[in-house]
Amino acid sequence: MSDIDPITLSVLAGRMEQIADEMDATLFRAAFNPIIAEAHDASHGLYHAQTGDTLVQGKSGLPIFVGVMAFAVQAVIEKAAADGDLADGDIYIFNDAHIGGTHLSDMRLVRPYYRDGELFCYLASVGHWHDVGGAVPGNYNPAATDVFQEAFILPPVKLARAGEVNQDIIDILLRNTRLPQSAMGDLNGQLGALDLGIKRMDELLDEYGAETVAAALEALGHRAEQLMRSELQDLPDGRWEAEDFLDNDGIVDEPLKIKVALEIKADRMTLDFTGSARQCAGPVNIALPTTVATAYVAIKHVFPALPANAGVMRPIDVIVPEGSLLSAKFPAPTGGYTETILRMIDVVFSAFAKAAPDRVVANAYGTINALSIAGKRSNGQPWVMFSFYGGGHGGSIETDGLNHGNAPISTATIPPMEILEAAYPVMFRTWALRPDSAGAGMHRGGLGAVYEIEVLEENGAEAFLFGERGRFAPKGIADGGNGTMNIFSYEQDDGWKHPPLASKMRGIILRQGQAVRLETPGGGGYGAARDRAPDAVALDVARGMVSEGEADKTYGTDWRGVTS
Amino acid sequence: MTGRMIGVDVGGTFTDVFVLNETDGTASVAKVPTTRPDQSAGFLDGIGRQIDDLSEISVVVHGTTAGTNALLERKGATIGVICTEGLRDVLEMRRRDRPRTWGLRGDFEPVVDRRNRLEVPERTLADGTIRTAVDLSAVRRAAEALRAQGCEAVAILFAHSYANPQNEAAAVAAVRKMWPNAHVSASHEILPEIREFERFSTTALNAYLQPEVSGYLGRLEGALKQGGFDGEFMIVQSNGGVMAVDTACRLPIRTALSGPAAGVIAAGYIASSAGFDNVITGDMGGTSFDVSLIAEGKSMLSPQTSIDFGMVVRTPMIEITTIGAGGGSIAWVDKGGLLNIGPESAGSDPGPVAYGLGNFRPTVTDANVVLGRIDPENPIGGKLTRLDVEAAATAIDTHVGAPLNLDTLAAAEAILRVANSRMAGAIRLVSVERGFDPKRFAFMPFGGGGALHAGAMLAEVGIARAIVPRYPGVTSALGCVIADMRQDFVQTINTLVSTLDEKALAAFMQSHADQGMALLDAARTTFEAREVSFELDMAYIGQTHTVSVPITVAMENGGVITPTQDQIEEAFDTAYQATFGRLLKNGVRRIINLRSAVTGKRPKFDLETLAPTGSGSTKPKASRPVHFADSWHDTAVYDRLALPVGTVISGPAILEQPDTTVLIEPGLQGRVDRFGNTIIEPVEDAS
Repeated sequence: MSDIDPITLSVLAGRMEQIADEMDATLFRAAFNPIIAEAHDASHGLYHAQTGDTLVQGKSGLPIFVGVMAFAVQAVIEKAAADGDLADGDIYIFNDAHIGGTHLSDMRLVRPYYRDGELFCYLASVGHWHDVGGAVPGNYNPAATDVFQEAFILPPVKLARAGEVNQDIIDILLRNTRLPQSAMGDLNGQLGALDLGIKRMDELLDEYGAETVAAALEALGHRAEQLMRSELQDLPDGRWEAEDFLDNDGIVDEPLKIKVALEIKADRMTLDFTGSARQCAGPVNIALPTTVATAYVAIKHVFPALPANAGVMRPIDVIVPEGSLLSAKFPAPTGGYTETILRMIDVVFSAFAKAAPDRVVANAYGTINALSIAGKRSNGQPWVMFSFYGGGHGGSIETDGLNHGNAPISTATIPPMEILEAAYPVMFRTWALRPDSAGAGMHRGGLGAVYEIEVLEENGAEAFLFGERGRFAPKGIADGGNGTMNIFSYEQDDGWKHPPLASKMRGIILRQGQAVRLETPGGGGYGAARDRAPDAVALDVARGMVSEGEADKTYGTDWRGVTS
Repeated sequence: MTGRMIGVDVGGTFTDVFVLNETDGTASVAKVPTTRPDQSAGFLDGIGRQIDDLSEISVVVHGTTAGTNALLERKGATIGVICTEGLRDVLEMRRRDRPRTWGLRGDFEPVVDRRNRLEVPERTLADGTIRTAVDLSAVRRAAEALRAQGCEAVAILFAHSYANPQNEAAAVAAVRKMWPNAHVSASHEILPEIREFERFSTTALNAYLQPEVSGYLGRLEGALKQGGFDGEFMIVQSNGGVMAVDTACRLPIRTALSGPAAGVIAAGYIASSAGFDNVITGDMGGTSFDVSLIAEGKSMLSPQTSIDFGMVVRTPMIEITTIGAGGGSIAWVDKGGLLNIGPESAGSDPGPVAYGLGNFRPTVTDANVVLGRIDPENPIGGKLTRLDVEAAATAIDTHVGAPLNLDTLAAAEAILRVANSRMAGAIRLVSVERGFDPKRFAFMPFGGGGALHAGAMLAEVGIARAIVPRYPGVTSALGCVIADMRQDFVQTINTLVSTLDEKALAAFMQSHADQGMALLDAARTTFEAREVSFELDMAYIGQTHTVSVPITVAMENGGVITPTQDQIEEAFDTAYQATFGRLLKNGVRRIINLRSAVTGKRPKFDLETLAPTGSGSTKPKASRPVHFADSWHDTAVYDRLALPVGTVISGPAILEQPDTTVLIEPGLQGRVDRFGNTIIEPVEDAS
């Protein structure tokens, strides 16, 4: 491997990041379904020819994919090695979450890139398709006890052989989705993104030569590793543990422990999840690739300047116990993976806070609250309103937490209330911040939200919720207080009720005029409540974000002396 | 009326004035320092340097950053909100986003304090049905409370007021009766479009700007009139069109990107006059590099923009993509040994190290100074007498050279290489995002520093040529003079095409056309032509992503001929096919919004009047060593404005003019076209 001068390296780093960014842009523009086009639930990158490690990834893709894509490429490398028939112009496609991580809605395309007859690297594209079959439209089945009830499963297969697209695969795919046009549009978009990536790689290698670019890729990995090591060097040595719980798996009402031991020794770090709960019956299991990818997401939140390159993970060991819900085996259901990985991120933050409280934020609200309200209109047409809801972020050394943010694993925004009301027979009685929901602290957490949704349809409706944090609150750090828990209630003829499983329930029958109410958690606080400036407390009280009684109880009465 | 047309662009550092003498077609420019906090002093000073008698002026068009600055610096008025019960926090909850993807830090303060967001009983449903009539006595109590709390302006924000404005209109009428000034904004008046956060945010920000912007524009107008001015005073909007000053006082939010928009308009006009309909503009300022794309003579409009996190403005704006790579952007080496440029910037104060005003970290400009590309003895702008080359070199050595083990010149070249690569990246991405190949475009640099980097953009992006306007430093002021008058309107329709009430749609179109024409009629300026255009935001049912569908609508004597469902479906199919390459079999077509634009085409002046006259000198006025790649080249320096039409200068060469330095690298040549623009292209391409 030849040496590369640091300036060419800077330029090539930017050029390759841009290739991935352009692939993102190509898919966002071409994709049919809004989950990709608007919420950007997709990702593209360049991956190592032998190991599948992430070399470069686009900036606009979803955070969780930054770690998980390497597994998709590795799965293809293994498959190709077993078959022994990898060729220029091949394109593999699959959605199997037990091999590639996340869930079955994410369709992965992997394409080898050849230069002068030799494999140079892989390009890959992942996008969240609108529907891939299964029991429930949109593939979020809270009652699933295996993957077969979640969606159609495609293992890594060749969509194209040496440049020749196999129409049979496309026909099978399109027959297994409720939305074939949408699927075809997304598939075309992903293929277009890969084509553009190949074209740009050709141009780059023409300009700089394969050897220089290969040297740059090698050097970027070293650099990422060096950056990570230097960050770890700055932290104290030691071992810190943190644990937290999921309410239950939606089927058996038992809390599920997620535990981490974080150990830093000089320039190395271990994240050991030994002690976490066993594989469970319901869909909060996650596959090993998802677990490793989530560790990466948590680390990147702690060190946001680190590049999206596998070199970052070289000084880090992730230990995941066999048989746990963090290394679930096929065919365990994984549709609710979001809740589990959010809890993983929480415990990693909590452990980091013990090592270096200034480097992390307190826990965010920690649940995506997938709420579905569905029914039939008087003309017989079915309707399904399915959405995720926001909550508070954690406080940090710099500021209070953000009110009503999105989940740390995502960057998706919430649809506007007016769009939902125009599309479905519902009315939001309330769409507001939730006072007294923030964890107390020198910098308190952000506020959660209150959404109260009334059914307007005369035939009534049926609701289901897949949430978390109904029994275990988001934690504060550095002596900060916990946020409040998630509270879900629904209106019946004899008053308001709560689900027996706290945050998960299906089959809730609502009449016209009855409502459901979701009060989402606020974020945890940073620093001791007694260190909060009295005028900040007084301002929160004046703004109605903290009640007088709560302020007195949590912060003492000094704020009452503040004259504004 | 003949006389002088004046364009004034107030930027962060300079106020530029462009004067066109309509009688003989001659033009002149002036550059004076921008005054702060009140920009009107610099504005009047700049005009005063060109014209003694303000009564000779027929039109003053102003591109202003007053609104932009008030938003970015959070210096708008104390305002209040009266809103639907249950929705007081919409402005603070945004669309559930976060400031940065990684790190999860940062909070958000909305422009309206929660104490000043008051709810009243009222509710309209999505179909326009009024579920709860508005309680007007509650509205009055709320308005009184807001007054007592010191609010200078108020915004009325009701759910679904785009579908049926009755409740909101009643409330706003009640408030206007009692409010002590004109600063009352209603969401259905500002933006009758579905999506509450975007509508509420745009309306609240309008209220937030109104006292400041209307006060500023009022002071300017008063001062102009006092000086004898009796012409039309107009303001550039973010959409690249101009509006009358009283419209700007009512809708100040439409000025949010006024200044940069004027620059893009001018760039488009200059480029198409010179024969380039496809051009990418690059405006290099102190802290940023702003890229905009013009395809087939049309600049791209984006339907909304975030001025800052959570501060969303939904009015059509010229699309400008900004990256943090300006002249003042700081070069630094990270812990992994990689050279980075920005996003931190020294701006224009303290500015680059060479300015000697207190910054000691090297910037892109410092690299240009050290390499001889900028003349240290004659700094642009006239604020400084000379630049400190030694200090710039020391800073580059300390912060870039030493950690990378490079000598001063290699380190300076490295800074430029990385900066150029990032700028080129922005150009490529802007093109690809819109589905264009950047190689089909010409590059037009403007702003103070852009023309130093034109050659690098050709090499990096593979663009065939760059066109440097004759006066790149006053492009925005020039844009003010040539911009058309334009008003945009929107109305949410939200219906299937099959159930469309065509008459109702035609009535909205008529209303938009009438309002737009009335504004043109009221303007005391002449128009060569008037245009009304209509677009529908449409999609298949089940899609949230819409396609803009231009609808050709005949007008007779100002009356709209009602379009048919068939016409609309056909127009949709054409637009959809063009965007996605295929149609959806059995897809049900939906209409979401009507968007209308009424444009009054203002007379254009011939850019040839700006061209060099006669036969100036083609001889270099001096020469100096300039560093390219790895060696010094003795480089001829020309007085750019003196070069006659048709001159061809081979690189390496430097063309200087008072506010800009044009660099022609070895292997490139610069040709003066008939407008006085410099066309930079590879030597072998010359014909």
